[in-house]
Amino acid sequence: MQIVKLFNAMPGAVAQGMIWGLLAIGVYITYRILEVSDLTVDGSIATGGAVAAMLIINGWSVWAALLAAFVAGMLAGLVTGLFHTFCGIPAILSGILTQLALYSVNLRIMGNKANVALSVNKYSLLLSSRNARAIGLQNPIVILVLFVAALILLLYWFFGTELGCSLRATGANRNMARAQGINTNTNTVLGLMISNGIVALAGALLAQYQGFSDVGMGRGAIVIGLAAVIIGEVVLGKVFRNFGLKLLAVVIGAILYYLVIQVVLWLGLNTNDLKLLTALVVAMFLATPYWRAKYFSKKKGGV
Amino acid sequence: MLKINHIAKTFNPGLITEKTALVDVQLHLNPGDFTTVIGGNGAGKSTMLNAVAGVFPVDKGTIEIGGENVTNLPEFKRAQYLGRVFQDPMTGTAATMNIEENMALAMRRGQRRGLKWGISNMEREMYREQLRKLDLGLEDRMASKVGLLSGGQRQALTLLMATLRTPKLLLLDEHTAALDPKTAAKVLELSDKIIREQKLTALMITHNMQDAIDYGNRLIMMHEGRVVVDVEGEEKKKLTRADLMGLFEKAAGQQLNSDKLLLS
Repeated sequence: MQIVKLFNAMPGAVAQGMIWGLLAIGVYITYRILEVSDLTVDGSIATGGAVAAMLIINGWSVWAALLAAFVAGMLAGLVTGLFHTFCGIPAILSGILTQLALYSVNLRIMGNKANVALSVNKYSLLLSSRNARAIGLQNPIVILVLFVAALILLLYWFFGTELGCSLRATGANRNMARAQGINTNTNTVLGLMISNGIVALAGALLAQYQGFSDVGMGRGAIVIGLAAVIIGEVVLGKVFRNFGLKLLAVVIGAILYYLVIQVVLWLGLNTNDLKLLTALVVAMFLATPYWRAKYFSKKKGGV
Repeated sequence: MLKINHIAKTFNPGLITEKTALVDVQLHLNPGDFTTVIGGNGAGKSTMLNAVAGVFPVDKGTIEIGGENVTNLPEFKRAQYLGRVFQDPMTGTAATMNIEENMALAMRRGQRRGLKWGISNMEREMYREQLRKLDLGLEDRMASKVGLLSGGQRQALTLLMATLRTPKLLLLDEHTAALDPKTAAKVLELSDKIIREQKLTALMITHNMQDAIDYGNRLIMMHEGRVVVDVEGEEKKKLTRADLMGLFEKAAGQQLNSDKLLLS
């Protein structure tokens, strides 16, 4: 266990954390703002990766490919949203259905291959893990900081608009929202679209970063997204009150998550056990508020 | 202003949980009518209000608000004509949003919501003025989350929000029932004041017979999904609780069960 190895892995962990932080912002929009648990994420991140990889290979510019990935993610969100609102299927199931369907769709997008290579040697990509420790503008962290900042600013603006406020109201209290003339169904669909668009964008960046797109790259993505949201809230919830800062906390949560992962790997954890560990950690954090209320609340008189 | 023509509603038809809530409700309100609604549990009071608000579609009959047939309009579209305050203080406001944001949402009831900033400084001043009138000190807490307010404060705020944009019809669904007596009286006074000042047409459900007699210019009593008593004007002014019970017995054709009516 050389400490140098750990330090060498840190920049990569930060970059990866920031990409997953973008995804986590998408998760935050559904899970925290819209109060919907959306499992589409596992599929839509791979969709984003697949769309971007194929388009870049076919000569599209990276920016056009990113935009296309965003749109593809929004379509995935639209499908989940329609399952949920128009077909009356519970949100969780709607997401699972779309996620399952996307597996086939993603294979189709990648020409019936499970894996498509996207080498930074052959194509001009926005970022690559190869430059994770480079000093200078080619370092992926530079472009990712710009992405994170732009996305947070854009969302800060959007959720302050009349439309954005109505979306927040939809999540906060659907009865109240309808009584104020807000179409909660439309808003739920819109929220799911925005969320999955961002998730797919993260997928498009991830495919470039890791140098390939894989049909299975989204497995457990929702759990990592939730982990980032929760870690961000636990660590910075008391300090960051402003909406923009809350989104930043989510990204920081994702970075912390990847740093911790690097440490446990360095300590000798088998990579195959990572998902088990992640699931357990997230389960514990999700259970904490319930336990706190049930077993540790100071009971004031009576039961 | 409101025309309810022979509406009927049965929940869960054909199931073991089938429940006929409205049998045949007929009610016309004139502009400016402040009508109190009383009746026992399960009489259909809340169901009638929710039918007007469009929470669910009715099985039969039509509903007109201000001359427009709204029977087939979804809840969020009917909202443009309606101000609503609910029994549960949690229902009428968004707890995780602050006071001014809640008011800004209410201010845009029935308007298109676009990409303009959700709340302007000019509005803010107006909201502060309005809140000052409530005399609850809320004008100094406009950036506080509504979840931090007491039930009474939330109901007062909901009332203000419901009337920020003058509604064609104000629906008050036992909006003081969850409050302590002192706060309830205060919120009721406030409701009366707003209804008078803005000359609103209002329907107010209450479990309190005395309140039903004291407030409004018209009183209806419901029983088993029908309107069985309807008094207004001078006749209502002279009404006593004993009269009401007499009317009810005559209309319902049975001995009044005081438990059912929750007299107070």
